[in-house]
Amino acid sequence: MAQDLKPSISSFSLPKTLKLKTKQQELLIRVATLALIYVLAFITRLFSVLRYESMIHEFDPYFNYRTTLFLTRNGFAEFWNWFDSESWYPLGRIIGGTLYPGLMLTAAAIHSLLRFLRLFVHIREVCVLTAPFFASNTTLVAYFFAKEVWDSGAGIVAAALIAICPGYISRSVAGSYDNEGVAIFALLLTFYLFVKAVNTGSLAWALGSAFGYFYMVSAWGGYVFIINLVPLYVLVLLVTGRYSLRLYVAYNCMYVLGMLLAMQIRFVGFQHVQSGEHMASMGVFFLLQVFFFLDWVRHLLSDTKLFQSFLKITVTSAVAVGAVALGVGMASGYISPWTGRFYSLLDPTYAKDHIPIIASVSEHQPTAWSSFMFDFHILLFLFPSGLYFCFKRLSDATIFLVMYGLTSMYFAGVMVRLILVATPAVCLISAIAVSATIKNLTRVVRAKSPAVQSGSTKGTSTAKSSSKGVVDNSQPFQRNGAIVLLLGAFYLLSRYAIHCTWVTSEAYSSPSIVLAARGAHGQRVIFDDYREAYFWLRQNTPPDAKVMSWWDYGYQITAMGNRTVIVDNNTWNNTHIATVGRAMSSYEDEAYEIMRSLDVDYVLVVFGGVTGYSSDDINKFLWMVRIGGGVFPVIKEPDYLVNGEYRVDKGAAPKMLNCLMYKLSYYRFGELTTEYGKPPGYDRARGVEIGNKDIKLEYLEEAFTTQNWIVRIYKVKPPKNRW
Amino acid sequence: MARSSSKDAQDLFRALWSAYAATPTNLKIIDLYVMFAVFTALIQVVYIALVGSFPFNSFLSGVLSCVGTAVLAVCLRIQVNKENKEFKDLAPERAFADFVLCNLVLHLVIMNFLG
Repeated sequence: MAQDLKPSISSFSLPKTLKLKTKQQELLIRVATLALIYVLAFITRLFSVLRYESMIHEFDPYFNYRTTLFLTRNGFAEFWNWFDSESWYPLGRIIGGTLYPGLMLTAAAIHSLLRFLRLFVHIREVCVLTAPFFASNTTLVAYFFAKEVWDSGAGIVAAALIAICPGYISRSVAGSYDNEGVAIFALLLTFYLFVKAVNTGSLAWALGSAFGYFYMVSAWGGYVFIINLVPLYVLVLLVTGRYSLRLYVAYNCMYVLGMLLAMQIRFVGFQHVQSGEHMASMGVFFLLQVFFFLDWVRHLLSDTKLFQSFLKITVTSAVAVGAVALGVGMASGYISPWTGRFYSLLDPTYAKDHIPIIASVSEHQPTAWSSFMFDFHILLFLFPSGLYFCFKRLSDATIFLVMYGLTSMYFAGVMVRLILVATPAVCLISAIAVSATIKNLTRVVRAKSPAVQSGSTKGTSTAKSSSKGVVDNSQPFQRNGAIVLLLGAFYLLSRYAIHCTWVTSEAYSSPSIVLAARGAHGQRVIFDDYREAYFWLRQNTPPDAKVMSWWDYGYQITAMGNRTVIVDNNTWNNTHIATVGRAMSSYEDEAYEIMRSLDVDYVLVVFGGVTGYSSDDINKFLWMVRIGGGVFPVIKEPDYLVNGEYRVDKGAAPKMLNCLMYKLSYYRFGELTTEYGKPPGYDRARGVEIGNKDIKLEYLEEAFTTQNWIVRIYKVKPPKNRW
Repeated sequence: MARSSSKDAQDLFRALWSAYAATPTNLKIIDLYVMFAVFTALIQVVYIALVGSFPFNSFLSGVLSCVGTAVLAVCLRIQVNKENKEFKDLAPERAFADFVLCNLVLHLVIMNFLG
C-alpha cells in the first residue's frame, strides 16, 4: 500500500514546483500532496497492528501505558501526586515527580476528546496510535520548516522524506508508545518556530517557540539538545558577524519564557539555573545583553575612540563578573557538574569506563556504519550535497539547519538511539538537495524549447566560456544529460521508498513482546510466551507477591502482571540494581540470603535456549556481573570467564556453572532434546551443549515455565524449620 | 594616568548623555521602565545574598519576572524604534499586542510558580 503511494507523490510534487501554471492549481496540488503524505506517514506505521494486533511494544511503553491508564482513571491530581509502591520494592517511586508527563497527558487528552465526540475507544487504542498520529503531524512541521528555510518545493520533498524515513519510523510505529514519538514532533516544532522568530523578529513567534520548548521539556529528556543547540547557534551568528536585532528578540523571549515554562515540570525543576548542562544558554543570554548594550552605545556615540575605551572597560568587567559568578557557583556546589549521560555524549568512551548501567543498554552503543545506511539509505549521501546547497545560499535559517544537521549527526554517531534526533535534520537537508537539483535539471530541460538564445544565456559557466558554436552543439547533449540525471534521481527516490517500506515491515514492526519466526515449512510461528507468563503471574500469585527479575522486565511485570518488582527500567538506583545483579551471579545459598532480605517471592528469568532467542538473560548475564561487581567487589568478572571467554558449555568457569542465573535458566534443560541430531541439553541460542545438566535447586522451586521455555518463574521457598 | 582615565570617563558620559537626549519620549519612557525592572531585580538579588534563598521558586519567580519584564520591554523598544530598519514592516500596534501577550503568559506562569 505504502509502496504504491510514494511514486505517485514524487511524480505529483515535482512538476508542481516547475510548471507553475496558475497559483490555484499549484496550491491545490500542494495541499493534495501534503494530505497524501499525511495519510502515508500514518498508514506506513501500521504494519505491526496488521501483523500482530493492537498492542503496546517493548519495555518502556508499558510504563507509559500503565501511567496513562492511571491518569485516565484517577485524574490529573492523583497522577501528579502518585507514589508507586509496586516498583522498586521496598523503596517505591514517586511517579509524578520523576517522569516526563507530556506523552501521557497528550494521550489522555486525545482520549477525552474522542469520548467527547462520542467515540468510545479504549485508551489502549489511543496509546497505540499516538506515535503514528504525531509522525503525521511531524511531516506538516517539516513542510513548513523547509518552506521557511528554502522554498515550498523543498518543503514537500522534506515532508515526503520524513514520512517514511526508517530512522524515524523505528521509534514511531503503531504500538511504540514512547516519549520519542511525541518528542520529535515537539523538537521540530520548536526549531521551526524559533527559525521563524529569527526571520521575522516577532515576539509572537518567539512565544510560540517557547511553548514548543515547553511541550518538548514535558515530553522527553532530549530537550537538553535544544537548550544547547540554540545558544550555540546564537554564538555562531555573533562570531560570524550575523548578529541582528531580530536574533536578540527571538532568543531572549524564547529563553526567558521557555525556561520559566520548563520549570513548571517537576522532574526538570530548577535544573535550568542549577545544572551545568543548561549553563550555556544562560551564559549566552547574558552575553547577548552585553552585546546589545555595546551595540546600542556604539550607535549613540559617534566618536570611535571614545567607544574603544568604553568597550575595553565594559568587556573586561563583564568577563570578570561572569567568570567570578561561574567560579563561585561551581565551587559552592550551587551549579551541579555535568551528569554522566552528558559526558558520555561528548566522550563516547566515558560510559564504558565509568557507568556500566548506561553502557549495558544496547541502544546506547556507538552506531555502526551499517545502521546509518539502514536508517538513512540515500539520505546519507544526499546530506552532504544538501549541505553544499545550504552553504551556497547562506542565511540565518540555513545556518541553523546546517548546525542542527552537523551536531545531531555527531550525536547519532555516538549513540544508536540518537539517530532519531538526526533524522529530521537529515531529511530536511536532503530535501533541499533533491529539490534544488531537480529544479535546476528541469530548468535545463525546459529552457531549450522556447529559443536557443535564451538557452545559451542560461547555460552553465563552462558553456558561457566557450564559443557560440560550441554552445549550440552542447545544448542537446546537456539536455539529454539532464534528462538522464532526472531519471536517475527518480530511480533513487523510488529505491528509497522501497527500501523504507521494506525496513519498516521487516525490521521495525515487531513488538518484541510477541516473537515471530519461520517454521520448518515456511509458516509463521508465534511465540507469545511473555504474555503467557505475565498472565500466569497475575492469575496465580498472591496480589502482594514480589517478583525479582533483571531490570529489563520490570515495567512489563508491573504493567501486565500487576505485581510488585524489585527493579525496573527506570534505572534511578544503581545500588538496588547491583543487589539484584549480585543475587543473580551468586551461588544459590548466598543468593537466598539476598532474596530473603528483599522479601522476594518469585524469580523470573528469560531463557532462549529452546527457541534460539538470543536476547535472553544468559546473554545479558555479564552485564549483571559487571553492574553487581561495580558496587559489591565480591563479584568479580574474571570468575565467570575462561581465558577471557564467556561460555556455558563444559569448559565454562565453575562459578558460572553454579551461579543462580545459570541454574535457573538451565534447570531441567539437560533432559530436553531441542534439535534433531543433537544431544539433550543443546542450547540453540548459543549453539552449544550445556555444561551442567544435573541441576538441583535447594532454596527455590520451579513454579511455571512457558510453552517455549522463554520465561521461567521460580518460587522462593520459605526458610526451613530450625528443628 | 588615573586623571586622564577619569577625564575620559567624564567625556564619555557627557557624550553619551548628549546623544541620548535626542531619543524620542516614548522610547525614554520604555527605558525608564526597563531601568526600574532591572533595579528591582538587583534589589532582590542583594536581598537573597543577605538573607538566603530558601523558597527558591519564589526567589526565581521574583527575579525572573523582573528580568522577563525588562527583556520584553527591550524587545518592544527595538520593535517600535523607527531607526531600526529591520522592523519597518512591523506595525507598532502589532508589536505592542505581542508585548502584552508575552507579558500575560510570563505573569501567569510566574503566578503559578510563586508557590
